[in-house]
Amino acid sequence: MIAIIDYGAGNIRNVLRAFTHLGHDACITADRSVIRDAHAVVLPGVGAAGDTVAALRARGLDDLVHETIDHDRPFLGVCIGLQVLFDSTAEGGRQGCLGVIRGSVEKLPPGLKVPHMGWNQVHQVFGSTVWAEVPDGAKFYFVHSYYVVPEDESIVAARTTYGVDFCSAIARGNLFATQFHPEKSGTLGLKIYDNFVKATLGTHSRH
Amino acid sequence: MLTVRVVPCLDVKAGRVVKGVKFRDHRDAGDPVDLASFYNDEGADELVFYDITASSDERAIMLEVVERTADQVFIPLTVGGGLRTVEDIRRMLESGADKVSINTAAVRNPQLISDGAERFGSQCIVLGMDAQRIRGSGATRWGVYTHTGADGGRAAGMDAVEWAIRAVELGAGEIVVNSIDADGTRKGYDLELLRTISEAVTVPVVASGGAGNLDHLAEAVRLGKADAVLAASIFHYGDYSIRQAKEHLHAQGIPVRL
Repeated sequence: MIAIIDYGAGNIRNVLRAFTHLGHDACITADRSVIRDAHAVVLPGVGAAGDTVAALRARGLDDLVHETIDHDRPFLGVCIGLQVLFDSTAEGGRQGCLGVIRGSVEKLPPGLKVPHMGWNQVHQVFGSTVWAEVPDGAKFYFVHSYYVVPEDESIVAARTTYGVDFCSAIARGNLFATQFHPEKSGTLGLKIYDNFVKATLGTHSRH
Repeated sequence: MLTVRVVPCLDVKAGRVVKGVKFRDHRDAGDPVDLASFYNDEGADELVFYDITASSDERAIMLEVVERTADQVFIPLTVGGGLRTVEDIRRMLESGADKVSINTAAVRNPQLISDGAERFGSQCIVLGMDAQRIRGSGATRWGVYTHTGADGGRAAGMDAVEWAIRAVELGAGEIVVNSIDADGTRKGYDLELLRTISEAVTVPVVASGGAGNLDHLAEAVRLGKADAVLAASIFHYGDYSIRQAKEHLHAQGIPVRL
C-alpha cells in the first residue's frame, strides 16, 4: 500500500489516480498506522508551503514525515511536498518548514511570469533508478513560484532553468521529491511514479 | 527552457462536445473524455473544458465528465463555465480539474478570486476574460464582457487591462484573454489586446479567440507575448493536428514540447 498523506489539501486525488492507473495499491489517508505500515509514503501538495506545514502539524502528521525520512523508508514528495521538507521558505514572509532537509525555499527571480507554469526541461544530475527510461532533458509540468535550495548539493537529482538554474528534484536513499508534477506530466510523469514504486519495493521494514 | 503550451478547448453541453468535431476513424466525436484522450495522445500540453450548459442538473454531469477524464488523462485540465461559488470550485477541483476558469462570477463578485486563491492556491484560479474593442478616438481600449456563452454578452463596464491587473492582485494565477472581436473569425488573435495584457500582468497569459491557421499561433506568442495558445475549431475540424501546430511553432524558433 502506498499512503498519500491527507492533510486537507484540495486536489490531491490526481496523485492517487496516477498510482491507481499504474496498477499500484494506494490510498489517501491521515491515519497514522496506515502511514506507518505503508510500503511508501507520498506527500503531494498545491497551494502555500506555510499552510501545508500548519495543516500537517495540526493533524500531528509532521513527525511522521520526519520519521519516514529519518528511517529512510520510501518517501516521495511532490511540489509543495518537496518544499515543506526544508528548513524555511520565503513564502509569506520567512516561515519555518519541517526542517527534514537542510536548506531553504526561495522566490523565483523577478522579470519572468510567475507562477512558472508549463512544461520545462528536467536535466538529470545523477543516474537513479527513478530516471529509468526517462530521457535526460525530458519536459515535465511545473506550476510554482518558489524553488528549493538544498545545502547539500549531493542530493540534487535534477536541475531546471527558469530565470535561475534551480533544483527540480532531490534524491537520497529512498527519498525522492520533485518540484514538477509527475501526475500531470503525461506518460513520462507516470513512468517516474512507476519507477519510484518499483525501486523502493521491498525496502520497507516496519519500525 | 519553458515551452509554449498548445491548448485545445472543448465546449461541452450536458456532457457532450458541441460544435461538430470531425475526426476520421473516431468512434465517438461527441464524447469529451474520448476527445481529451485523443488530444493527450496527440501531444496537447493542457486541456480546457468549457461548460456551456444552462441548468444545474446538467452541471452535475460535467463533474462526472471531469472525473472520468482525470482517471485516464494525465495532463493539466482547466474547467470553466458556470462556476459561481467557492463550493462550485471545490467540487470541480475534487472531481479532478487542476484549474478552474471564472469569468462572469468574478466580475460580479471579485472576492471569488481571492477566496478561491486563498483556499486552493492561485495556481488553480484562472481568470477567463472576454474583451471587446471600444470604438472611439485616442488610445485603443477594450471593455470586459460577461455572459458571452449565452446571448452575445453584456458589457460589464470595466476596462479589460485594469480588470486583468486587479484580478492578479486578488490572486488569479493565469489569465485567458478571449477577444470577442476575433472569436470565430479565424483571422487571428487580437494581438494588441494580448500584448497589452501580457505586459501589464506578472502571471501567464493564454491567447484565445480567432485562430485560423498555424501562423496565428506563432503571432500570438511572438507579437502577442502569450505564454500559451488556446484554439478550438482549427483542431476540432481536423485542419491541423496538435503535432503540426507544435512543429510549426518549433520551426519558427518558439520552444515547444514535441
